[in-house]
Amino acid sequence: MDLNKRYTPQTWPDHPETATMEGKNKFVGFWLLLAAETVTFASLFATYLALKDKGPSGMEFAAADLFELPLVFAMTMILLTSSLTSVYAMYHMKNHNFKAMQAWLMVTVLLGATFLGLEIYEFNHYVHLGFGYTHSAFSAAFYTLVGTHGAHVLFGLSWFIALMLRNAKRGLNTYNAPKFYLVALYWHFIDVVWVFIFTVVYLMGVIG
Amino acid sequence: MAHDTHTHVRSQAEYEYVRRQRAKEMRNQLTSFAMMIFLTLIAFTTVAADFSPYLITPIILLLAAVQVVLQLYHFMHMSNKGHGMVAFFMFSGMFVAFITILALVTIVWW
Repeated sequence: MDLNKRYTPQTWPDHPETATMEGKNKFVGFWLLLAAETVTFASLFATYLALKDKGPSGMEFAAADLFELPLVFAMTMILLTSSLTSVYAMYHMKNHNFKAMQAWLMVTVLLGATFLGLEIYEFNHYVHLGFGYTHSAFSAAFYTLVGTHGAHVLFGLSWFIALMLRNAKRGLNTYNAPKFYLVALYWHFIDVVWVFIFTVVYLMGVIG
Repeated sequence: MAHDTHTHVRSQAEYEYVRRQRAKEMRNQLTSFAMMIFLTLIAFTTVAADFSPYLITPIILLLAAVQVVLQLYHFMHMSNKGHGMVAFFMFSGMFVAFITILALVTIVWW
């Protein structure tokens, strides 16, 4: 197996992520997954939109009073920047610069972890206000949608870390290049979903 | 086997060419990033400026759509060659997503 094959920037293929049959298959399969994920999130968004501000009579929580934009703005900027840092990582992957790729993946992981920390702080804050998961149809729909996204962030972070550790001594080859490429795609997809969450949940929530 | 590749050693000129192409792609991605930040700022500002929801909602949804196109085509490389199947998957997914949201929102609104 060519795990032991050493590449140089001169011999590194133009598209290392699809240079092997396995890489090509992963690429197609992964995009099929992303299309399916789009539908998953659509059903959660649809549920949220249908149940927004709905709950028991006399419910004291409404999206317009609950959400705070400064925190959401910070989370948005952090996740968007982490999307750029993973683009940098893939730039170095394509130039066969393993160390620079690992460094930018590290920055991406740190930004992602900061985002997740802020989300946990936010949820914790709401729960302390009395807005727990079982509080109302609105709260359940909100936590399920935003929480599923948060779970994706957590999964993406674990995936990044696992790949970085497992391949730390291997360097870049056509066996692991597709793996790094796909986790970066996954990370961008998480950002795509967040764009709709901050727009539909938070911004449209605040305007009532 | 599944991991086998044909090795092609680049000439210096070829090597410099692909490096330049990648640097160019990187610049495009940086431009996209600047635009995404800008679109996000506009979205948050319109909401903070407290215009009518009937004006804000379509604007911020449109900004989100533009931002997603930038992500998909520039950050996720859908603008590169060999993404025909990818586009087919994603557009099918988005179509089903749109119908799902439309159906549920319509049922509730009716």
